[in-house]
Amino acid sequence: MFENLGEMLVLFWRALLAMPSAWRQREKVFEQFFEIGNASLLMVSILSFFVGGVIALQTAPTLVEKGLASAVGGVVGLAICRELAPVIMSILIAGRIGSAMAAEIGSMRVYQEIDALRTMNINPIHYLVMPRLLAIVIALPLLVIFAILVAWLGGALVCMFNHDIEIPFPAFLSTFQDVVRLKDVFNGIFKSFVFAWVVGVVSCHQGLITRGGPRGIGRSVTKAVVNSIVLIVILDYLLTRLLMS
Amino acid sequence: MNTPASNQHGVRLQVRGLHKSYDGHEVLKGLDFEVEPGEIFTIMGPSGSGKTVLLKHLIGLEQPDAGEILIEGRPIDSPEVMDRFRMAMVFQSGALLSSLTVGENVGLYLSEHRLKPPAEIARIVAEKLEVVGLKDTENKMPGNLSGGMIKRVAIARALVIDPQLILYDEPTSELDPLSAVAVAQEIVRLHERTHLTSLVVTHDRDLAFGVADRIAVLNEGRILAMGTPDQVRSDPNPLVQKFLETTFRRAI
Repeated sequence: MFENLGEMLVLFWRALLAMPSAWRQREKVFEQFFEIGNASLLMVSILSFFVGGVIALQTAPTLVEKGLASAVGGVVGLAICRELAPVIMSILIAGRIGSAMAAEIGSMRVYQEIDALRTMNINPIHYLVMPRLLAIVIALPLLVIFAILVAWLGGALVCMFNHDIEIPFPAFLSTFQDVVRLKDVFNGIFKSFVFAWVVGVVSCHQGLITRGGPRGIGRSVTKAVVNSIVLIVILDYLLTRLLMS
Repeated sequence: MNTPASNQHGVRLQVRGLHKSYDGHEVLKGLDFEVEPGEIFTIMGPSGSGKTVLLKHLIGLEQPDAGEILIEGRPIDSPEVMDRFRMAMVFQSGALLSSLTVGENVGLYLSEHRLKPPAEIARIVAEKLEVVGLKDTENKMPGNLSGGMIKRVAIARALVIDPQLILYDEPTSELDPLSAVAVAQEIVRLHERTHLTSLVVTHDRDLAFGVADRIAVLNEGRILAMGTPDQVRSDPNPLVQKFLETTFRRAI
């Protein structure tokens, strides 16, 4: 992974330089954007609902037992918006969308479609990479906002209906409002924005360097997902340190 | 590869002392040949002889370790050549973009570079598809085409550029004999109509001898024989004779 870090940074830079042509490629950007939404929305809903529920289930009984029921809404809210929603959704997108990007660009590479673009003087960065990056960079933060809302709802419902917790919705919401600040939500969205670049660049890069037929495509897909997840987790630590300081 | 010109004519291609190595293994060992304007020049050789590497150099996907490639006497990567001359390549697999229709594939160069309005692009696409015998296939997807049709769409896509030099990479590979003959006829018919310079890279002996004005036989990065089909057939080099004989026997 790390030997390709330089190449990935160069790809990132070239994609940034290609951004002025985004309007020309708007149809492709929208196409990719809706594909990401279509492919992920249901999964994001299910995953976030249950993540919110599990966090409530894991933390609330202990807090209630120690007489800290008033902290439950805040703990669940903070955990979701600062950490769980951006990280888990980014990992989901790496698996669902990053793998598809690597496979599609990888097969285009193997079957000479990218060479064909080059012979027609069509820059693959402008034509293939930039629209995908732009789409994922817009889509992932939006998905994370949606995921935060659904996860909060999941946490609140578990707190309301679980017999060991039984915190009414107004009480959950009031403690939640006392602890969770808009800044916390923005921190989560900012993280997802950075992770979107990571997933996009890593996946497109793996696609572009694919060699060796169908096995090579399989290898690229695996590397795209694994490398994205590793970088998301490392960057999550660094960003958390940065945002907390 | 700029704005397509309306008048087509071939260009002179010269390859001088071309060397290329990968990881210490020399793939091209000083290739020298010249293709005359309007000529069909075929490079024939077994797999691994360096044909595809040579093509990659011609289209700028690889840079040589030594040697030069000239178009009309000027380096192929010079701005002057890039401004004045156009070349197109028909890839071995066809390399059609599977997410686009046939029409979108053929018109891709014009639409991406915004060289013509959409209605004009549609007219040009229809015209080029008719040239290759695929009228009214604009809305089909590449996945629904036969191997021979894919190759012909790839030729139509190359023609949209209005090239002066057209490169064919194994145009009959993976085709049944009838489709292979149809593609070979297409190459000759196109050449008679446009007088482009055509360079065909193949290991198909029937195609090479069927379409070429001149042939070069490539083996292990070196040209073993070069000349008209008759001259190559009677070349005394035992390696050339072995290659021709083996291919001939296999064809039978």
